[in-house]
Amino acid sequence: MNDYARLLPADAHRRLETRLAERERATGAQMVLAIFPSLEGESLEDFGIRLAQQWRVGDKRLDTGVILLLFVKERRVRLEVGYGLEPVVTDAVAAQIIRESIAPRFREQRYAAGLEAAVEAVYARVETRGVPPAPRRAFGVSPWTLGVLAIFGVIGFMLAREAAGGRARRHGYTAGGRRGWDSPSVIVPPIFGGWGGGSGGGGFTSGGSSSDDSGGFTSGGGSFGGGGASGEW
Amino acid sequence: MKILLIALVVLAVIVVAVGAWAVGIYNGLIGLDQGVNEKWAQVQNVYQRRADLIPNLVETVKGFAAQERTVLTEVVEARAKATSIQLTPEALNDPKAMERFQAAQGQLSGALSRLLVTVERYPELKSNQNFLNLQSQLEGTENRITVERRRFNEAVREYNTRLALFPGTIVARLAGFRPKAFFEAAPDAATPPKVKF
Repeated sequence: MNDYARLLPADAHRRLETRLAERERATGAQMVLAIFPSLEGESLEDFGIRLAQQWRVGDKRLDTGVILLLFVKERRVRLEVGYGLEPVVTDAVAAQIIRESIAPRFREQRYAAGLEAAVEAVYARVETRGVPPAPRRAFGVSPWTLGVLAIFGVIGFMLAREAAGGRARRHGYTAGGRRGWDSPSVIVPPIFGGWGGGSGGGGFTSGGSSSDDSGGFTSGGGSFGGGGASGEW
Repeated sequence: MKILLIALVVLAVIVVAVGAWAVGIYNGLIGLDQGVNEKWAQVQNVYQRRADLIPNLVETVKGFAAQERTVLTEVVEARAKATSIQLTPEALNDPKAMERFQAAQGQLSGALSRLLVTVERYPELKSNQNFLNLQSQLEGTENRITVERRRFNEAVREYNTRLALFPGTIVARLAGFRPKAFFEAAPDAATPPKVKF
């Protein structure tokens, strides 16, 4: 809950915050409200997806985040829905929530009531439909990796045999063999490091976890793909 | 005998080190390449999603505005053409194929926006619940297309940059990696059909 426009009185702000925290604990889906004074000429959808990428609301694996953005001056609203909740809170549902829960109350300037109704409507969908299971992630080993491992194996084996022949009497077979194999294995990590981009599921990979001013919630790392709806009041 | 053995081991270590470096470059590119392919799959997904919405949309509009035959036919034909062009990951190296894909989708975007302009003349249709739902789905899908297209372009940029960097580029060329085409915003697609509630 971030009210940069100071639209809500303190008690309504607190009430909403408690409600959001409670619903998040109960369902595992995270919803964040953000109220801005103005869009300042930016595109609503553009702003929405950029904020979603920065805040990364919702579970990292399940992508179960929702952001409700309000722009007071333009009287515009956008509901940004994370990948994981797209089947539950479809675009049509999101548009309906804006049309039926938010817009009528906002037009009467009952902002807190509108937001409360929106929060209830979103979580009602999450509860009745449930959160979809996490997508399975693919894992594979490239033939290159196998080939290099085989080369290492052969070299290691040769060194081990050589060491065994030369020093077996003093150090013992296995100890000598292991030592010879240890040093080239330092080179292994970058090989595996290079292989890492192949996971399925989550849309994008950006390093940043959360911004400084994302107060009021802990960023979970959820991904967004532009699902949701825009509207006005 | 002993010196020969040491020389052999040193040589082997050098060969392995260079090999590991090359494999690192190769795997890094494979990872990026796969990233691009994944993003491309997402781009095609969202376009497919849009195509899937159209039959329903056309049916709904027909129920209220059957006389708008030209616009409706145009949408149906553009959809058929757009869905017939799918790009495999291999085709991403081919700017011509990418252009064809973009042109077909751009044509569909144009036809759709004309349909939605036409619809403005039918207040009854505009307040129909089914139509409203379809409209918001269509809007959401257009937004997803923008998002996924941008992510695809970001992935391509990263891949192309890595591909061009020296000295890794030598390994990359030998291994047959080639630069990929960006998804340029077509003039038609740059202005997505604006739908007012």
